[in-house]
Amino acid sequence: MSAGALLSYTVKPHPVTGVYSGKLGTWLFLASEVMLFGALFSAYVLLRVGAPHEGAAAWPTHEQAGLSWKIGGFNTLVLIISSVTMVMAWASLKTGDLAKGRMFLALTVALALLFIVVKLVFEYMPKLNAGHGPWHNNFFGIYFTLTGLHALHIIGGVIVIGYFLLFGHKLWYKNPEYYTNRIECTGLYWHFVDLVWIFLFPVLYLMN
Amino acid sequence: MSSHQHGHGHQHGDDGHHDHHELGFWRKYVFSVDHKVIGVQYAVTSLCFLFFGFCLMMLMRWQLAYPGRPIPVIGPLFPKGMPDGIMLPEFYNALGAMHGTIMVFLGVVPLIVGGFGNYVMPLQIGAPDMAFPKLNMVSYWVYFVGAIVMMAGFFVPGGAANSGWTSYAPLSVIATTGQTVWLLGMVFLITSSLLGSVNFIVTIIQLRAKGLTMFRLPVFVWAQFVTAFLLLLAFPPLEAAAVLQLMDRLVGTSFFMPEGLVVSGQLQNYAGGGSPLLWQHLFWFLAHPEVYVLILPGLGMIAEIIANNTRKPLWGYRAMVYSMVFLGFMSFIVWAHHMFMTGMGTKISTFFATTTMIISIPSVIILTALVISLYQGAIRFTVPMLFALAFLPMFAIGGLTGLPLGLPVSDIQLHDTYYVIGHFHYVVAPGTIFAIFAGVYFWYPKVTGRTMNTALGWMHFVLSFVFINVVFMPMFFQGLAGVSRRLYDQTQYAHGSAVQNLTKMSSWGAWMLGLSQLPFILNFFMSFRAGRKVSDNPWDATTLEWAAPSPPPHGNFVTEPVVYRDPYDYSPRGVARDFLPQHVAEA
Amino acid sequence: MGDAHADISKHVRAYIGVFVALAIATVVTVAASTVNFGGHWNMIVALVIALFKASLVAAIFMHLKWEKSVGIWWTLGICAIFFVALMSLPVLTSHDLPAESHQGTWDVLPAAAHGEAGHAKAAGH
Repeated sequence: MSAGALLSYTVKPHPVTGVYSGKLGTWLFLASEVMLFGALFSAYVLLRVGAPHEGAAAWPTHEQAGLSWKIGGFNTLVLIISSVTMVMAWASLKTGDLAKGRMFLALTVALALLFIVVKLVFEYMPKLNAGHGPWHNNFFGIYFTLTGLHALHIIGGVIVIGYFLLFGHKLWYKNPEYYTNRIECTGLYWHFVDLVWIFLFPVLYLMN
Repeated sequence: MSSHQHGHGHQHGDDGHHDHHELGFWRKYVFSVDHKVIGVQYAVTSLCFLFFGFCLMMLMRWQLAYPGRPIPVIGPLFPKGMPDGIMLPEFYNALGAMHGTIMVFLGVVPLIVGGFGNYVMPLQIGAPDMAFPKLNMVSYWVYFVGAIVMMAGFFVPGGAANSGWTSYAPLSVIATTGQTVWLLGMVFLITSSLLGSVNFIVTIIQLRAKGLTMFRLPVFVWAQFVTAFLLLLAFPPLEAAAVLQLMDRLVGTSFFMPEGLVVSGQLQNYAGGGSPLLWQHLFWFLAHPEVYVLILPGLGMIAEIIANNTRKPLWGYRAMVYSMVFLGFMSFIVWAHHMFMTGMGTKISTFFATTTMIISIPSVIILTALVISLYQGAIRFTVPMLFALAFLPMFAIGGLTGLPLGLPVSDIQLHDTYYVIGHFHYVVAPGTIFAIFAGVYFWYPKVTGRTMNTALGWMHFVLSFVFINVVFMPMFFQGLAGVSRRLYDQTQYAHGSAVQNLTKMSSWGAWMLGLSQLPFILNFFMSFRAGRKVSDNPWDATTLEWAAPSPPPHGNFVTEPVVYRDPYDYSPRGVARDFLPQHVAEA
Repeated sequence: MGDAHADISKHVRAYIGVFVALAIATVVTVAASTVNFGGHWNMIVALVIALFKASLVAAIFMHLKWEKSVGIWWTLGICAIFFVALMSLPVLTSHDLPAESHQGTWDVLPAAAHGEAGHAKAAGH
């Protein structure tokens, strides 16, 4: 490793706390992410409740919002499958199968990119072309912000998984358990991103 | 300050080999992953910003004391903000907003958490470094970038952010470019904080030395632990809010913009339907826990110094620890006491007033425990102890003056007046900043291997103590007289003119306080080369950082420490010395 | 490593099972959204289903079912409390307004109060 010694408990769990440091750190980070998306959900509630009943700033109806449950539902399934492939990647590495692990990681990346493409091409672009950008009213504002921030998180995940996919084998051959732990932590982040979408989908797409 | 000798006592974990090769200049001093180097980087950077933020205030105090008069000497340096040397109101507001932002986010928190926390905490728990050394380095550099971005605000058209450090909408949404720069800077600073807090929590949980149970931790470590949780969970809503405000400003959304907003006779072009109060909720959700972030590490430092300089264990260690944890928890559910004047109803106001009253209890417990700790102590009036002793009544004044602000009825009179400024400055200035001074004098020998000069330290203390009270005590009376905050010229109002003498007093106090820092600055730099060299443990202290060499080498400890006792075993029975360090087995 | 293999293959079965459950729950979510349960209940039904899905992901994919670390559980517990505070208190605040004010502090004023309120606005309120 670089400057400094490799500290304990990065691979084997701590005897008393029962967890290795990376996993504890990842869960702490996820707790902060809960608060981040929580703040946006709280903003959604406050804006929804305080929206005027008529005029340009009124909350749109389901039809006016124009969000397709089919596209949203499809993307939901895409993300759920990507969660499965992510955890299968970890499981394969845990049993020592680097090739299968890398295959599942590649699948996860592919599904994530599919999600982004569907979102951009079939959701964002049509809305923006129709002039229904985030400035149109607060529903679109919070819709673009919530899904946009979520999409940024997906892209971030793609970058990290991509890095482990392309350059990770060096670490695997040096210390396979350490590499597997890092994939586990990445997986935790990825499942969280899926979790956020599980709440976003009904709240944004299915409201009446 | 860093020697090449490696401590071999550190745990090797699962990878038994690590490189001992020499690191180049850049990896050793600039992009180091050693918590001590990073701690010094944070400390030096943030001390500079503390000084800069104070200079902004000294500039503002001229306008307050002598409204409309050209500022001698300095006036001509800022032709845009002070044409003919007379400060423009917009410039005054920018100085005010940036003073607050810089002191809180670029000065105090990076210093007490990134500086002191990073340097001292791993040593106090007997660890060779933080749990994630590379992440630690990234935290510092993200802070640094955020600081540069913040400073860039001064150079954009329209000047720096000028809507208060609180950036209330809709004013902040229609403000000049500097506000956008402020928001971007905040995103970097918040990210830095989040990464750092993860590191602190994992380090404290996972890397404690053998025998160091949670209830044998020094109070300073507990304080950092609770603080890290506050930063971790309270900052994200402000990051979300900053994104929302950026969108309002740059994309034209209406998250915080109501319908039909008219500015200077012009109807603003927003869809509307948004809520200025939404900004306040999200902002204060962070900013209230933030003020406990400002005080907790300071309380921890004071506790260390009091135990050390009374030569007896702290009274009420467990009470202090439980109080800190309870305080941290409660801090998340009091925030709307900053919003009593927004038209909230009586039920919800009562809820927040109740939680606010409850949160004063752990503060009082901690302060009382620290005061009782002095009783029958063999007090040594070292320079750190001077600041620690002064901290106690100053923090008491700050805390007590918060009570009428936490009750809606009295807050009606006092909200947004100078009383509030007096209240929070007493807690942060003769409170936290005195704790910071105490900490610098106390740990300087550990970091540099030399002590600071005592005579200069006494001078710094006496002058600072006198003048800091001259600055802030009058503010309570100004506030009670009805003088509002953030006023460019209070003499415009009769009630403001009536107490203008108090304003002048604060201003002269501030300039004298500025001069009083010269002995400290001189001492700080001089002692680095010319200070008296000392051993590992010049204060005869018990906690683990004093078991390492001064300064500690890479890896910190020569042999891996094992802990046998509580953190403050001073004046133990049946032992010749008047202290037993934590890592020493019974004689 | 043999034990690991056996454990992992049990886990893999759980993963597939959860996937099926999640897929079904997604279909249920969409179907439920077409039924009008009346007022607030629509959102509540949707959130309950979402919570069920989230629990499966957290328990099985994120291994919480087997997680023994006290630190992680404390973190999640504290986070949950503050999340509830963040979701509930701001909106409760906006609901507890003095009787004289209208629904929502930033609404367009009703026509009846327009006279005096209009003056207040013009006076640089």
